[in-house]
Amino acid sequence: MLKIKDLIVAYGGIEALKGISLEVEEGKIVTLVGANGAGKSTTLRSIVGLTKPKGGAIEFEGKNLLTVPTKDLVRLGITLVPEGRRVFANLTVLENLKLGAFYRNDEKEIKRDMEWVYELFPRLKERTWQTAGTLSGGEQQMLAVGRALMSKPRLLMMDEPSLGLAPLIVREIFEIIKEIHRQGVTILLIEQNANAALHIADKGYVMETGRIILDGTGKELLTNDEVKKAYLGESVH
Amino acid sequence: MTFDMLLQHMLNGVSLGSLYALIAIGYTMVYGILRLINFAHGEIFMMSTYFAFFGIATFKMPWYVVFVLAILLTGALGMTAERVAYRPLRDAPKISILISAIGVSYFIQNLSIVLFSGRPKAFPQIELFTGMLKMGNIYVQRLTFIIPVVTAVLLAALIYLISHTKNGIAMRAVAKDHETAKLMGIDVNKTIALTFGIGSMLAAVGGIMWGLKFPQIAPAMGIMPGLKCFIAAVLGGIGSISGAVIGGFVLGLGEIMLVASLPDLTGYRDAFAFVLLILILLFKPTGIMGEKISEKV
Repeated sequence: MLKIKDLIVAYGGIEALKGISLEVEEGKIVTLVGANGAGKSTTLRSIVGLTKPKGGAIEFEGKNLLTVPTKDLVRLGITLVPEGRRVFANLTVLENLKLGAFYRNDEKEIKRDMEWVYELFPRLKERTWQTAGTLSGGEQQMLAVGRALMSKPRLLMMDEPSLGLAPLIVREIFEIIKEIHRQGVTILLIEQNANAALHIADKGYVMETGRIILDGTGKELLTNDEVKKAYLGESVH
Repeated sequence: MTFDMLLQHMLNGVSLGSLYALIAIGYTMVYGILRLINFAHGEIFMMSTYFAFFGIATFKMPWYVVFVLAILLTGALGMTAERVAYRPLRDAPKISILISAIGVSYFIQNLSIVLFSGRPKAFPQIELFTGMLKMGNIYVQRLTFIIPVVTAVLLAALIYLISHTKNGIAMRAVAKDHETAKLMGIDVNKTIALTFGIGSMLAAVGGIMWGLKFPQIAPAMGIMPGLKCFIAAVLGGIGSISGAVIGGFVLGLGEIMLVASLPDLTGYRDAFAFVLLILILLFKPTGIMGEKISEKV
């Protein structure tokens, strides 16, 4: 579905991505794990066109994404839940959700999807008329995910959805990710919380300073000694 | 001061305040979406009076056709300024785009001196607007009532547009976060152009009514109202539309009342606005309706 080949991104003179390649197959949960500054967010930003790569290729279903402007991606079925939630704090919860469906005109379907989102996140329903800025961090994350779902994504990309959230809420968010996946949405998940991410992933990539250093199924990576030592905080005997 | 006089001054203050409000909205909307003080806004306002002047005086078209055309042309002018002078600088440091705005302001002003000459022209008088009404013991120009009514109708329409339409929600989203707005599929360029168009068209309505009320137009006429309405926008809390309206009325009413109650200070009429600006910057820099900026992580 999504193919990245030899992607190079430089900020000024410094290469943030030094030629990475990865693939997301339709219907799978793929995760990209790694420490702060490894280049995970840069990868996502390049996919959606917010960062212009210096070299390499990004293809979505055979289409070259490098020439597609950011605003048209959602029409192709690609949606990003950005790092730090980035909800529109000055708008109400309802308006935020409506913005997710901004490009759509099928009012009836939008209404149905809205109900689905409210079912997934009952807390959002209670807060329909509140401005997003008054929500807690966890609720804002739910709103960011709900807003993304309103665009009817086929490929949903999430940038650190668990960042800064209480463990209980993190578990809730991961349950929701699985539920979204069950509905047939392909997922590309970026996480520092490697343990949680690899547990639900079909496939994982491990990034370090601009390179992919390991890949494999979620299970393989979970039992990989190197990964254990570096990201899962377990001591290896 | 007799009651009649007070009433007359109040009416004058309200209609001047309405004009300030209409122009101030353009400043506040553009600031909200680009964090830019559009210093060319006063010149956009000035151009609308020339469009109307030429339509009526030179092309002899009926006033209602001319007004609509002048409003549309002014909107197009505002959008052109954005496209040519601001959009290419959107990712540049804020100071560059600000300087570009000052450049546009001087460019339009000087171009209009070349094209229309610096000598003031008499704005056409239209009896329907400039005729007098007798109210008890006082005579009031019809415009004095027309201006606030037109302003109120336009404000209602603007508030509806911004709070209930898709374009309005998109404008508020872009004002908050350009990148995320793009991810939602919003055409940020189009939304910003629309903002300039609306702000300029409101300034055009203000400009045409200004021309009818003070029937002498000149290329430099945009400077003082431009500055004052910028002050009105800051006073109300720049970025806030209701703030711009409140600021416009405070400034308009305050100015008229100052002159009316202390006629000796008539010469300081314009200084009033600047004193107010200094006071607001000293004591409440966010303005009356200004929001504190706080980010939740």
